[in-house]
Amino acid sequence: MSFLELQNITKIYPNGTKAVNETSLNIENGEFVVFVGPSGCGKSTLLRMIAGLEDITNGEISLDGNVINKIDPSERDVAMVFQNYALYPHMSVFNNMAYGLKNRGISKEEINNKVNDVAKLLEIDQLLTRKPSMLSGGQRQRVAMGRAIVRNPKIFLFDEPLSNLDAKLRNQMRLEIKRLQRQMGVTSIFVTHDQTEAMTLGDRIVVINNGVVEQVGTPKEIYSKPNTKFVAEFIGSPQMNLFNCKIENGIAHIADMKINLNNSTNVDDAILGIRPDDILISDNGQHTCVANLVEYLGSDMIIYSKIGDQEFSCKLSSKKNLNAGDTFKFDISGTLVHLFDNTTGSRV
Amino acid sequence: MTKYISLTINHFILSIGLLIMIVPIWIIFASSTHSSLFINTNGLQFFLGDNFIDNYSRVLFKQSGFFNEITALKMFFNSFVMATGIATLSVITSLMAAYGLVYFKVKYATFIFWLIFITLLVPLELRIMPSYIVMSKLNLVNTFAGLILPISASAIATFFFRQFYKSIPDELLEAAKLDGTNSLRFFIDFLIPLSKTMIAAVFIFMFVFGYNQYLWPLIMTTSEQYWTVVMGLKTMYGSISDRFAFVIMSMIPPVIIIIFLQKLFIQGIFQNK
Repeated sequence: MSFLELQNITKIYPNGTKAVNETSLNIENGEFVVFVGPSGCGKSTLLRMIAGLEDITNGEISLDGNVINKIDPSERDVAMVFQNYALYPHMSVFNNMAYGLKNRGISKEEINNKVNDVAKLLEIDQLLTRKPSMLSGGQRQRVAMGRAIVRNPKIFLFDEPLSNLDAKLRNQMRLEIKRLQRQMGVTSIFVTHDQTEAMTLGDRIVVINNGVVEQVGTPKEIYSKPNTKFVAEFIGSPQMNLFNCKIENGIAHIADMKINLNNSTNVDDAILGIRPDDILISDNGQHTCVANLVEYLGSDMIIYSKIGDQEFSCKLSSKKNLNAGDTFKFDISGTLVHLFDNTTGSRV
Repeated sequence: MTKYISLTINHFILSIGLLIMIVPIWIIFASSTHSSLFINTNGLQFFLGDNFIDNYSRVLFKQSGFFNEITALKMFFNSFVMATGIATLSVITSLMAAYGLVYFKVKYATFIFWLIFITLLVPLELRIMPSYIVMSKLNLVNTFAGLILPISASAIATFFFRQFYKSIPDELLEAAKLDGTNSLRFFIDFLIPLSKTMIAAVFIFMFVFGYNQYLWPLIMTTSEQYWTVVMGLKTMYGSISDRFAFVIMSMIPPVIIIIFLQKLFIQGIFQNK
């Protein structure tokens, strides 16, 4: 039996919107799982149902062997970090962190010790007497984390906690969250719409779209073998190129370009996906295209071009010399492509 | 330079406004320190006289009213009890009503709120007979409870608190829930401290409202023992300087309340968070 089990969880709002549909998921003790998906896909709703802040329409959630569907959020022993931190504005940092412990009837001395320990861990021990309004965004973030950590809960829930920070601070906090999670070994669920965050943080990633789990897997699995067209498009930056094509006897036809897949598949309406960095640009490539636009990113550059009327991009080391308007030659290897059925969206 | 000029103009306008408000009060105060005989012969005075202690102590402790059963000091006490009672009860009832309306899943909460709000259209003067009958059936004529209770629920204060609670993000309640708080603790640990400044503002408004009540105490009391300052103003007999002294003293309690709560009061009115 897993530590956290979701069985056929469904959430239907009173207005009839189905936010989460028949979702089942097992999370092991100590695991760091990331829910990722576009906004409005139901990932936050799922998290809030685990926290107990949202009623469950159907299905069962069990934590550490106990069904927690009907258990009050305060008794579930979960801690949550909110997107806007939700710090208590009238309380000092110390009291923000101590409040949950006070409610659990823990002695003053123990509260003092715990809060001070966690404050040191997060390097906010200088701020304990301040009010949240006197803190910077990054500091507030730390206090919100501290408030969750100090309670030593069974599970941490993060609801897009990094989205209010600037890019530099976000990277820094991302590393810190990962480090803390490893150090404490507490099971964590992290919700984000940012695929980079998902890839870097998670032991496993759950890709959600329209209230349905599209794929669950390690970052590597998700990246290298996306189950559906949606996952293929959503994970990876720059986005995977998707071409509408027809496959006859293992040969994919995109406009007048032919790619040998080295098998004998036949699909009338297929989608062929290839990541921009899997397109091999070389002087003796089989195919020729014109670079319409070149985006310079420092170490790499991204070249935008067209095959027939279908746009695509490829990634190239910026040491090579290629400008907009130049022609270039490239190869697409049949072993590096991903094939999806265009009607169902699932992998062929 | 332009900044300096506009500053001067601003201060000039403010000074005129200040003078318009303060001069009549000053004249009453200055006159109240002269003897009645002096005012009757020489008219209103702009400078202080030497009867300050005489006049004020006489007014405070003199038996007055139709039957000479009450002193001005007692009237101040009565007014203070009434105004404080009304202000305190209004704050408590409207805080709790707003809490119920915003945070409990009450069916038709908006409808109930508008029902409460609509009572603004029915001021005490309109319902004065039914209110009197209810109070007299409860044997509350000539009691402080009778003076306070019928005007101690304020729709406008409920409205203020409701709007404020609605502006508090839901995450705050959710975070508190996960921290193990219950409804009562959330009210005491969060909503009351967060609405401190609003409470001060409502308290001042309701204190002044209660202090200024005239018709209701006039109807609710038959004993002079329950007379209030505003009633006394109307029926205070005596010399002209005594009346001036009484008028000046009647302004003091609201002023004291405002001075004490001023800082919170201003924050409360201009609260934008």
